[in-house]
Amino acid sequence: MTTTTEPGTETAYVTAGTKGRRRRDRSVDPIPWWLYVVGVAVAGYFILPTLFVIPMSFGSAGSFQFPPKEWSLDLYRNFFTNPKWIGSLGNSLVVAVLASILATIVGTAAALGLNNLTGRFPQFVRTLLMISMVTPAIVVAVAVYISFLQWHLVGSIGGYVLAHAAIGVPFVLVSVTSALGGFDPKLLRASASLGASPVRTFLRVTLPLISRGVFTGAVFAFVTSLDEVVIALFLRSPFFQTLPVQMYTAVTVEVDPTIAAASSLVVVTVTLLLLIPLLVRRPKRR
Amino acid sequence: MTTTSPAARRPNANWLLLIPALALLAAILLVPLGQSLLRSLQHPVTEGGGWTLDNYAKLFTDGVTMTVLGRTASTALIVTLVAFLLGYPYAYFMTRVSDRTRAVLLVIVLIPFWTSVMARNFAWLTILQRGGPVHTVLTWIGLGDVQLVGSQIGVTIAMSQVLLPFMVLPLFSALSGIDRKLLLAARGLGSSPLVAFWKIYWPLSRGGVVAGLILVFTLSLGFYVTPALLGSPQQSLIAQLLAQRTTQLLDFAGAGALGILVLIVTLVLVGWANRVGGTISAIGVVATGSRNR
Repeated sequence: MTTTTEPGTETAYVTAGTKGRRRRDRSVDPIPWWLYVVGVAVAGYFILPTLFVIPMSFGSAGSFQFPPKEWSLDLYRNFFTNPKWIGSLGNSLVVAVLASILATIVGTAAALGLNNLTGRFPQFVRTLLMISMVTPAIVVAVAVYISFLQWHLVGSIGGYVLAHAAIGVPFVLVSVTSALGGFDPKLLRASASLGASPVRTFLRVTLPLISRGVFTGAVFAFVTSLDEVVIALFLRSPFFQTLPVQMYTAVTVEVDPTIAAASSLVVVTVTLLLLIPLLVRRPKRR
Repeated sequence: MTTTSPAARRPNANWLLLIPALALLAAILLVPLGQSLLRSLQHPVTEGGGWTLDNYAKLFTDGVTMTVLGRTASTALIVTLVAFLLGYPYAYFMTRVSDRTRAVLLVIVLIPFWTSVMARNFAWLTILQRGGPVHTVLTWIGLGDVQLVGSQIGVTIAMSQVLLPFMVLPLFSALSGIDRKLLLAARGLGSSPLVAFWKIYWPLSRGGVVAGLILVFTLSLGFYVTPALLGSPQQSLIAQLLAQRTTQLLDFAGAGALGILVLIVTLVLVGWANRVGGTISAIGVVATGSRNR
């Protein structure tokens, strides 16, 4: 069995003397073959749906058949010309942009406020702000729906933006907090002692230093909103629905294979968006 | 320009920065959930109002809720088991390979996070449907006409895939802290590989295992889109019941009681997982792609 060993890993070799000549090439601690099989199989399970999305989108209208009987660009054509689809994409983009701006401002402020605070209460606030990450979406969606009915926010852009911003905040909080980890608070005092106002200090000292964290958080908040479907299903109105809701309807009601084109566009867009923070980060690392 | 009071010397100003976030949280989470709780504890105004626990009592006696809750819990258990059986070897595999391969395996783990919810469920629908690739293969190898979509099988396959990261990440974090020299020492002292694993490796990995199990189980309780698209309407899960009571039956008080019950169960379990493995923040960090552990 071949093992890939690298200097510095824990793999040890038998440096046997004359007796164990045949054992010399074998690691004492090899990776068993079945582990490779399981590892590759599970990796395949992780990527399987993603692999199907793009080929499906080049099928033709009519059904969800895989593999498609004939290849065409019909689904994309329909996506970009049918007002139902392109309109819902526009709605989704507007909501996602506004929600991510709101989440980024609010989340960055909270991360700055919580920075360097220790003790029970700040920890409690931090947990509270993170809680929407683990709260079942359906519970939030139902509660928000009923309250928004009273507040006349169902079906309004404002309602979507507020709800999506709230679920985007944890991502901004985490990434800005992580960016603040290497931030030296003495810089604030230095800036202030040189005569800068707190606002000027924030814009000229703090913000440039945490900009990557802020940007990463903004991207994640954007993607989260773009992809959110459960709350959106409850807030939809005949006049305003987002792309994931239209996709949901395409499967459950309309049997419209244009969803394949929508899926591959969303998957490609989200992948590219999420790669940006990684690419931006790399060169700046000392 | 004033130079006297730098921000660092005014800790009070920090609290002001929390107000917008807390206000947003209150408007979207705390107030709606609070209203929901109050509504679930009151008689309808048309019946005179007043406090009551009827809505909660009904959850246990209406015959439907408990059945659906039981089905949801058993689905969640199966999903958790599948995720564990696949996630443990995968996380272990991640600790054994070279740094470069490990980075690739980590990116693969995060792919379900990155794949849009609707795109992923639609893909599973085409893969698992009658006449789809998996159904064709199963028929071909003689397993007969297995119904994958519209049954708990399809739901389990799709849910396990998307929840696997929540199993793998805490496990990987626990397993990569284990010193493999202990295993080599056990082997050197004459122990078989299985005994060495069971007596040394497994006990050391238990924190990650418990965190992963609780987390996957908890998260699978709240799934709505996957069972709605891949499951059968006759075998609905708790999230679908909650949606149905709200939008079709307009039973806001009953839905409120059910929602609060699900929420409490979830938060208790997540709090437990968090104490065992520090998972909420860990997942937040990994999900936003930053590498510092």
